[in-house]
Amino acid sequence: MRWLPLLLANLRRRPLRLVFTLGSIVVAFWLFALLEALRSGFATSISMVGVDRLMTLNKTSIIQPLPVAYFERVKALPGVAEVSFFHWFGGVFRDGRTQIPVYVCDPESFLRVYPELLLQPGVREAWLADRQGVLVGSGVAARYGIRAGDRIPMRSAIYRQRDGSDVWEMNVTGIYDIAEGAATLDRQSFFFHYDYFNESVGAGRDRIGWMVVRVADPGRSTETAARIDAAFENSSFETKTSTEKAMARQFADQVGNIGAILVAVVGAVFFTMMLVTANTMAQAVRERTPEIAVLKTLGFPSAQVMWLVLAESLLVTALGGLLGLALGAASIAAIGPGIRQFIPVFEMTWRTVALAALLMLAFGTAAGAWPAAGAMRLRITEALRHT
Amino acid sequence: MNDGGGAGVVELRGVCKSYSRGGETVHVLDELTLSIPRGDFVALMGPSGSGKTTLLNLIGGLDRPTGGSIEVEGLAIDRLSEAALARWRADHVGFVFQAYNLLPVLSAERNVELPLLLTRLPAPERLRRARTALALVGLADRARHRPRELSGGQEQRVGIARAIVTDPTLLLCDEPTGDLDRRSGDEVLDLLGALNREFGKTIVMVTHDPRAAQRARRTLHLDKGRLERETRA
Repeated sequence: MRWLPLLLANLRRRPLRLVFTLGSIVVAFWLFALLEALRSGFATSISMVGVDRLMTLNKTSIIQPLPVAYFERVKALPGVAEVSFFHWFGGVFRDGRTQIPVYVCDPESFLRVYPELLLQPGVREAWLADRQGVLVGSGVAARYGIRAGDRIPMRSAIYRQRDGSDVWEMNVTGIYDIAEGAATLDRQSFFFHYDYFNESVGAGRDRIGWMVVRVADPGRSTETAARIDAAFENSSFETKTSTEKAMARQFADQVGNIGAILVAVVGAVFFTMMLVTANTMAQAVRERTPEIAVLKTLGFPSAQVMWLVLAESLLVTALGGLLGLALGAASIAAIGPGIRQFIPVFEMTWRTVALAALLMLAFGTAAGAWPAAGAMRLRITEALRHT
Repeated sequence: MNDGGGAGVVELRGVCKSYSRGGETVHVLDELTLSIPRGDFVALMGPSGSGKTTLLNLIGGLDRPTGGSIEVEGLAIDRLSEAALARWRADHVGFVFQAYNLLPVLSAERNVELPLLLTRLPAPERLRRARTALALVGLADRARHRPRELSGGQEQRVGIARAIVTDPTLLLCDEPTGDLDRRSGDEVLDLLGALNREFGKTIVMVTHDPRAAQRARRTLHLDKGRLERETRA
C-alpha cells in the first residue's frame, strides 16, 4: 500500500495516454468475457445433453430421410426403451421470409422421450387429440405474439401438399417450456403431427428425418447404437447412430471450432493490447529516466525500481482488465436473454474471472518486463548527467 | 594535495577514477587523498572537468573508484555490493541537486516522504516527519503544492527537506544554487549554513560560485583531478 500513491501518481501523469492504453485493455478483456461466455455456453450445452439418448440418422447425411418403418423396427430392438422420430418441415411464417424451426413428430412417443418438456395442464391431451395441433416454444411465441388458440398458416420451404398448396393450417394447442437445466430442446420450435403431414404431403410420404432413442441402460449406449446400425446394414437406408452429445458436438463443430476462434481472436487482441501497454510503459520509463535515477540516488535498490515499473504495468493492466470484465458482465446481462434462446447457458463464470486474472498477471508482467529491466540496469551517474 | 590524515567522517586515500571513452582512457581523479571531519562544510571548486562532481558521486556511493579506497564513518563503501550501497545511501546520505529533481507528479510532502518509503515507518509517521522537514526549511504551508506550483527557490528547499528527512550523516550538494537567482540562492545557502551550524550536518558542496563557496568552512580547489589548494573561511 505504501507504494500506491506513487504508482497512481505516475499513472495519472499522462491522462490521454492512459485513456488510450486503458481503452485497448478494456476492449481486449471485454471481448474475452463475451467470447468465453459463448465458448462456455456451447460446451455446457453439449455436456447437458441427455446421456441416455441416441440419435439415428441416415448414414449418408442428416438431410437424407429414413423410412418410417424403421421406427417400429428400432422399437423392437433389445436395449431400446423408447423411440421417437422427427422430420424437418422447413417452416416459413407470415410474410414469407421469416423462417421458423418446424418439426414433424410422433406426438405420443415425443412426449415420452422428452419428459423435460413442460406443458400447462390439459395441453398434452388437447394436442394429442387435435391432428392439426401444434406445440409452440415459449421463446418464439413471445417473439411473434403467438397464443394458444391461434390458427396459423405455415408454409413449407420444402414440401407441397397433394393439391399443390404449400401451406399447412395449424392450431396452436399450447406453449411449451423446457425444464431448467435441460438443453436438448430449445424454446424456438414448432412441433406438429406426423400423421397430418404424411397424409397430406405430395412427395416424400412415409419418410422421416431421424429418430431419437432412449436406451434402457445408459452404460450400454455404444452397444445399443451398434445394434441399431447393424439392423439396417446393407439396406438402401443405412443408419448412423450416436449419442445426442456427439451430435450436438458435431453441430457445434459445423458452426465453427469455437475454441479455436476464441483463441485466435482473443490471442490477436491480447497481443495488440500487450504491444500498446509495453509501448506505453517503455515511453513512460524513458521519459522518467532522470526521476528513476533520483530514486536510485535516494537509496531505492535496483530491484525495488524494477518492481515499481512492473507494478505500474500490472496496475494499468488490472485496471483495464477489471473495467473490461465489468463491461463484459454488463453486456452479457444485456444481450443474455436473446442469446439464451439459442445457448441456454450464457453467463460470466468464476472460471472466466480467474482466467482473466491470470491473463492480467501474464500480460501485465510481459508488457512491463523490458522497461522494468531497463530501469533496473539504469546507471545513476549517466542518467543524472542528462538532467 | 593531501588534506590532513585525521579520522574524518569521510576518508579518501589515493582515489583514482578513470573512464574509457572511444578507446581512450580519461583520468578524472588522480591519486586523491582527502579527509572531511564530522560537522565540516566543504566547498569543492574548480573548472569544468576538474572532477568535482565525480568526487561528489564517489563520496555519495553513486559511482565506484578505479583505485584507492573510500571510507565513510569507518565503512569502506567502495567494497559494498550494489544493494548494500543503495541501503547505505538511504541511511547516511542526503543529496541536493542543481535541478532540484523533484518528482513533478507528487506534492511537496510526498516528495519529501520518498526516502522514508524505504523505512518501516507507518504512513502517518512518514508524513509527520516529511512535514517537520518542510517546516524546517520554511515551507510548512506549501506541503500540498506540486513542484510546478513552487518557485525555484522553494523547489530547492523542498529538495533540501527531502535530503534531511532521514537525518543523514552527510549532505552532498551539487551546485545547489546554480539554477537560482541571487536572493533564492542566498536563502538556500543560509539554510545549508544553519543545517551545518545548528544540526551539525557534514556538508560537501560542489559550486562554481565563489560567493557560495564563502559560506563553507573551507574550499578545496580541484584541477585536472587533483586537489590543488585549500582556502579557509
